Amino acid sequence: MTKLTRDDVLRLAQLARISLSDDEANEFTDELSAILQYVEQLSSVDVSGLQPTNQVTGLTNVMRKDEVKDYGYAPHDLLKNVPKTEANQLKVKRMIG
Amino acid sequence: MADWEPIADIAAKVKAGQLKAVDLVERSLAEIAKQESYKAIIATTEDRARERAKRIDAQVADGEDPGRLAGVPFIAKDNFLVFGANTTAASNILKGFDAPYQSTVIEKLEAEGAICVAKANLDAFAHGASTENSDFFTTLNPHDTTRVPGGSSGGSAASIALGMAPFALGTDTGGSTRQPGSFVGVVGYKPTYGLMSRSGIVAMASSLDTVGTFARNVADASIVIDVMAGKDELDSTTIDREQTGYITVQGDLRGKKIGIIKEYMGEGLADDVREQIEKAVAKMREAGAEVTEVSLPSISLALAVYYILCPAEVSSNLSRFDGQRYGYSYADAQDLNESYTKSREIGFGKEAKRRIMIGTYVLSSGYYDAYYKKAQTVRTKLIQEAEAAFKQVDFLIGPVAPTTAFKIGENANNPLAMYLADVMTVAINLIGVPAISIPCGVSGENGLPVGLQLIAPQRADRALLELAKVTEEIL
Repeated sequence: MTKLTRDDVLRLAQLARISLSDDEANEFTDELSAILQYVEQLSSVDVSGLQPTNQVTGLTNVMRKDEVKDYGYAPHDLLKNVPKTEANQLKVKRMIG
Repeated sequence: MADWEPIADIAAKVKAGQLKAVDLVERSLAEIAKQESYKAIIATTEDRARERAKRIDAQVADGEDPGRLAGVPFIAKDNFLVFGANTTAASNILKGFDAPYQSTVIEKLEAEGAICVAKANLDAFAHGASTENSDFFTTLNPHDTTRVPGGSSGGSAASIALGMAPFALGTDTGGSTRQPGSFVGVVGYKPTYGLMSRSGIVAMASSLDTVGTFARNVADASIVIDVMAGKDELDSTTIDREQTGYITVQGDLRGKKIGIIKEYMGEGLADDVREQIEKAVAKMREAGAEVTEVSLPSISLALAVYYILCPAEVSSNLSRFDGQRYGYSYADAQDLNESYTKSREIGFGKEAKRRIMIGTYVLSSGYYDAYYKKAQTVRTKLIQEAEAAFKQVDFLIGPVAPTTAFKIGENANNPLAMYLADVMTVAINLIGVPAISIPCGVSGENGLPVGLQLIAPQRADRALLELAKVTEEIL
């Protein structure tokens, strides 16, 4: 039975790029443990000889021509929701110190 | 409450000039304003809707045909990209998002003359079964305002029960159209996975997401489904549609082989729901259907499979909300990492965070095989059992949810209890087959609506709609 510690939760949050308040970290420690314990009922299920299902349509290799299509969008329209832009590009904080 | 005529009649009258699209839009907007206290709607698209209505009336005056849904107002769940109002997915992180393009299905509906008038409330990012996870407000059940309308498409479902429009769009990833349909007493349709394009819909769990349709009856739903179904080059998971269309003719229950899912009728099903389902089954038998009990022995595992696969896919899909591309961005970040972590901490509600964390856990190195791959493999088992069942019977039936609409706050502090609200719907998404919830009476205990779930094999959407239509007539 998986029982997450508060440190496990903080590590997960870091992997998921979310900071958590102290209260949230405490709450999630209990809640996530309970959810994981629930889904762990699958561990005893016999699936020998079965393959995992990734998708249910049976479609394979849906291809299209690699060509530019004009959908009529101006760069300005597509960038209107971006928090910070410069010269029609997304502007982000410095990544390398 | 506005009493809408059948969708086919509305469109016919608009095309004949007997009804004006502008009047239909005003009627819909007036109803939305009048019933504001139910909090079904996040925003209206009134300016654009009025413009479109004028254009449609002008087309008719010029002798042009505006399409099969001429002038018919509709409401879209707020996770569909639509012009005329922001698209928020009821989340703080997408507050103020102004869609640069529209969902494919919205474009298809507009091409046939339908008019979107409003965006409906949902559990933020469609994570939930009650709309209580909306970052804005909870929608009230039109039949009892102390209760939830179901979810996640609770606003859309309530809007139809309240007569705000003749049809509404939802999404169904684990039951989010069928369960609210059942809780408010309207038709809720979930198509075969891949039948309708998800392009331009805020993604939740991509191997499960489908477009849902709400209407007051099966005939209305069928027209909308017929317009939306089909391949889309912008969604490579879409499948070929049925060439004969989805508008059903008069069918018959005689000789139809129907299996009632044994596991759904067992312990955990509330007595008042069981009573209505059994009554419906009796009526179907009277009308000539051969109803037998069918067992899907692993179906009780579906919820556990779902709450591994869904959060895994959610954690991946929600990684795009990083404060850089769109949506809320934390202004005082010192570096890029802090901009990510703070934007996501402040922008996401609790349930989104919960699912992102669970998803991150089950996909992380060392746990992937034990959780994610195992769940995918049990999913195969579920599919095989369903395939075996559909060799014995043409359709499966059962309840939609174990109870009628629950009280606001009842499950709010227990995420696992809330997940159990999906226990009779998630398997259908995992298997990828179509299913519909149709009203089948009200509870003898509290007077709340009960829904009957009808399920068909993959790609048998037309046959399912036919069955639903004849069943609706005898219930």
